[in-house]
Amino acid sequence: MPEHLTKPSSLRTDPDATATSLRVGPDARGHFGAFGGRYVAETLMPLILDLEREYIAAKADPAFRAELDYLLKHYVGRPSPLYFAEPLTRHLGGAKIYLKREELNHTGAHKINNCIGQILLAKRMGKTRIIAETGAGQHGVATATVAARFGLPCTIFMGARDIERQMPNVFRMRLLGAEVRSVTSGSQTLKDAMNEALRDWVTNVHDTFYIIGTVAGPHPYPELVRDFQNVIGEEAKAQLFEAEGRLPDVAVAAVGGGSNAIGLFHPFLDDPVELVGIEAAGHGLDTEAHAASLAGGRSGVLHGNKTFLLQDADGQITEAHSISAGLDYPGIGPEHAWLHSIGRVRYEGITDAEALEAFQLLAKVEGIIPALETAHALAWVTKAAPTMAADRIILVNLSGRGDKDIFAVARELGAEL
Amino acid sequence: MTDRIADRFASLDRSALVTFVCGGDPNPELTAPILHALVRGGADLIEIGMPFTDPMADGPAIQQGNIRALEAGISLKKLLEIVRDFRTQDSATPLVLMGYLNPLLAHGADFGRDATAAGLDGLIIVDLPPEEAGELELGGLHLIRLATPTTDDRRLPAVLDGASGFLYYVAVAGITGQNSAAAADIEAAVRRLKAATTLPVAVGFGVKTPAQAADIARHADAVVVGSAIVDLIGNAHGRKSNDIPGEVEQFVSTLSQAVRTARPEAVLTEIGA
Repeated sequence: MPEHLTKPSSLRTDPDATATSLRVGPDARGHFGAFGGRYVAETLMPLILDLEREYIAAKADPAFRAELDYLLKHYVGRPSPLYFAEPLTRHLGGAKIYLKREELNHTGAHKINNCIGQILLAKRMGKTRIIAETGAGQHGVATATVAARFGLPCTIFMGARDIERQMPNVFRMRLLGAEVRSVTSGSQTLKDAMNEALRDWVTNVHDTFYIIGTVAGPHPYPELVRDFQNVIGEEAKAQLFEAEGRLPDVAVAAVGGGSNAIGLFHPFLDDPVELVGIEAAGHGLDTEAHAASLAGGRSGVLHGNKTFLLQDADGQITEAHSISAGLDYPGIGPEHAWLHSIGRVRYEGITDAEALEAFQLLAKVEGIIPALETAHALAWVTKAAPTMAADRIILVNLSGRGDKDIFAVARELGAEL
Repeated sequence: MTDRIADRFASLDRSALVTFVCGGDPNPELTAPILHALVRGGADLIEIGMPFTDPMADGPAIQQGNIRALEAGISLKKLLEIVRDFRTQDSATPLVLMGYLNPLLAHGADFGRDATAAGLDGLIIVDLPPEEAGELELGGLHLIRLATPTTDDRRLPAVLDGASGFLYYVAVAGITGQNSAAAADIEAAVRRLKAATTLPVAVGFGVKTPAQAADIARHADAVVVGSAIVDLIGNAHGRKSNDIPGEVEQFVSTLSQAVRTARPEAVLTEIGA
């Protein structure tokens, strides 16, 4: 195995990166092609420029990397296993399916990879208070967890509607010492939680660090969140090399903002691997009730970056819909918008009903309850794998576990708890 | 081409009163009457908010104003028609459109030309820092830059480079209609900004009462009042008032009176120095 694939390091710079690599973005001002950038209130600009300087310094600081790697190993439990899903492969009858087990991380999802990185940056910058937005509550739980670990007070903004459908995570955050603030404006989901977090940040700019949970927001967030999540794909690449001696044919992940997907895809961008991102198609892409901003949206500016957004003809943001609170967002990270525009990653939609089927299938066949977000990627696999030869390999990011979703799923299935 | 903003500041020997309302609040039909009421009440310059579903820098008052206006069917196209209508009776009062970038992008590349033709004079785009402003076709519009309490010496040159019309000083780090800055802090900030630019300096955020407006008018070239007026419109609408423009005019005249009498001669001399 190549040496650079053997040592998991979350912030390694790729020795193969060249000017023709797809991995070198964004440019100095945070643009991925026509997307990304820094569209924020002037009050936040000096802070965001500070964050960028601090991040560049941290990347070059061996002590920062060492602390990050230590915490990822001993606190998060990395590396996460790469698991050959033999029963599922047999059940579907086609390509070999490998699951990257991010749901086994501390707190049950990939979100913590990024939170550990950002709280170390917050500490470097001398910030004394943490805020974050959350949809499904996975990022909120991960943020509350690292805030507890580092002894910083923490406020999580969460849409009132999401609080209702993700009660277990709300209770978890409170146990971890976080204040969970219910956001009742707008659609009362992730988008509105992000608005409210931005309002808090601009008001408390001097002492507060905003831990954004996905590869969106103003530069440098999409870049740094991606860098902290790259560990997923780096590990999976090395692990698959060890197991099969080769690259996967396809790598697939669910996409809301897109942090688990970019984490899986990025290390494969320059390789001959088909990359598939799964957007939440809700009730169907032919209805208005979906969260597929690439399939159903167009370019615009929201929450600090230019990207594909669900919006009406007047540029007003329209409400997204997904059974999964974590995908219920009318935008997508700018690097995904770019990868879509150049055709490097294929984005497809999976409906609520298909995700619900896959959720149950994985539980029954593999004994793994996936998050509803993750179930979207799995649903695609149930359709694609049977059409592929048995010597082909699909790598799936099993981004989160579904314990948090059992109440919502029970409701959908009409089961009494 | 006339420059209404420059002409207006040049014509005043006192601080200007700038008033903000959300376009289309509480409905598009009342917007032109409200704009005229602002002028009758003594507004020297008007900011019209272009409502947006996700007003990230605004507090509850203006969030509610945006919701009222959007529910009543406002759009950028309608707002430009309202401006055109206003201009048939008022060719002198500068009008500045304030809002977020996405609705302007959705209008397309003709936005600057269409807005200028309708009679707008300037733009304040909350989520468009100077670094990203290059792609916007401005037509004949001034793009008003914002300075804030976080605008340190390292940042200020980037804010001022290419600034036009006037400089808007956001007096508090925060959202609209919430906290108010201490008078001494505002005075120091205005002094610093005026040393760095020849543009007029307007101060806004957290200015709610005639007394606060007068305090700022002693030092700044303009004082901006927004949320207090939007709140008044929301309350009047809630009470089903049949004379919202009249109530707006009455409140603005108290602000105007305070701004007009704010500066004793001695202070004027000191400021001029």
